Amino acid sequence: MIATVSSSTSTVVLVGAVFLASAVEMVEALTIVLAVGHVRGWRSAFRGVAVALLALAALVGAFGPALVSVPLSALRLVVGTVLLIFGMQWLRKAILRSSGRKDKHDEDAIYRETVAELEAQGGTVKHDQVAFVVAFKGVFLEGLEIVITVLTLGTSAHRLGLAVIVAVVAVVLVGVVGVIVAKQLSSVPENAMKMAVGVMLVSYGTFWTGEGLHVRWPGGDTTLLALVVLYALTAFACVQIFKIARDASGDFVRE
Amino acid sequence: MSEEETLSIRLLKGFGRFWWDFLVGDTPEITAAVVIIVLAVTVLADAFHVNALAYVVLPLLVIATLALSLRRARKPG
Repeated sequence: MIATVSSSTSTVVLVGAVFLASAVEMVEALTIVLAVGHVRGWRSAFRGVAVALLALAALVGAFGPALVSVPLSALRLVVGTVLLIFGMQWLRKAILRSSGRKDKHDEDAIYRETVAELEAQGGTVKHDQVAFVVAFKGVFLEGLEIVITVLTLGTSAHRLGLAVIVAVVAVVLVGVVGVIVAKQLSSVPENAMKMAVGVMLVSYGTFWTGEGLHVRWPGGDTTLLALVVLYALTAFACVQIFKIARDASGDFVRE
Repeated sequence: MSEEETLSIRLLKGFGRFWWDFLVGDTPEITAAVVIIVLAVTVLADAFHVNALAYVVLPLLVIATLALSLRRARKPG
């Protein structure tokens, strides 16, 4: 019974973290591709997307099986450390944005900026190198973050297949909805999603760093849930403290 | 230097830059603190065999790191 609850907790956190992280990155990639397609034409934009997807697939093919063969303890320590760093970066940014100390990620503004940059590059041609490069970089860099999240979480939890399926579902879902609503990706509650992902990544990072260092967590995998609650409360408290301090002093953020 | 070497060096540099931005970026204090956390918990869990202390200290150090980084973000300059 305890083992079942423990396993379910781990699975729910894994699915939530992979789905939300993949969805957030897909929103960012899609914004760039839509801007490229509308301004420079779809042919070169799709070429950039296709080549980026091939490059990502090659990376997964190269590193996926290698990661599976790494001893679990060492893998969890490395993955836990990476997730702690990555998760805290996300959480920090989300807290600063939620408390009004940093501008929120505005997909409309990014779309407008990308369109302005692309229009400044001049007329389009059949094989548009600018459109190809911008679409490739957008999809490859955002996709790389999805690949890292899926590989690290999936291999460490011994659920790589599940992590891949969840990421594909998130990417396809955001892709379909994004194409339907076209330029209205700004309505996606990206900061709230980023906050949730940050909390889950830091929780997994703490848990696996501990496992990798032979710390025996009381309650096994159920500790993950306690860590999620602890970090969510911490993030909430930080946002409230920052809001109060901002109202009192009006100081600013260093980036 | 051949064109192929130039491309491979550019790819290597790009790969290195990605990981630097990914793991350090504009928050080097988080990366440094996580390395210190790992060392501290290693000492507690392996050298002194204080498991109970290790699983309490680990999340507390993570929260302290987050607070430190947020505090740094508030400071001008």
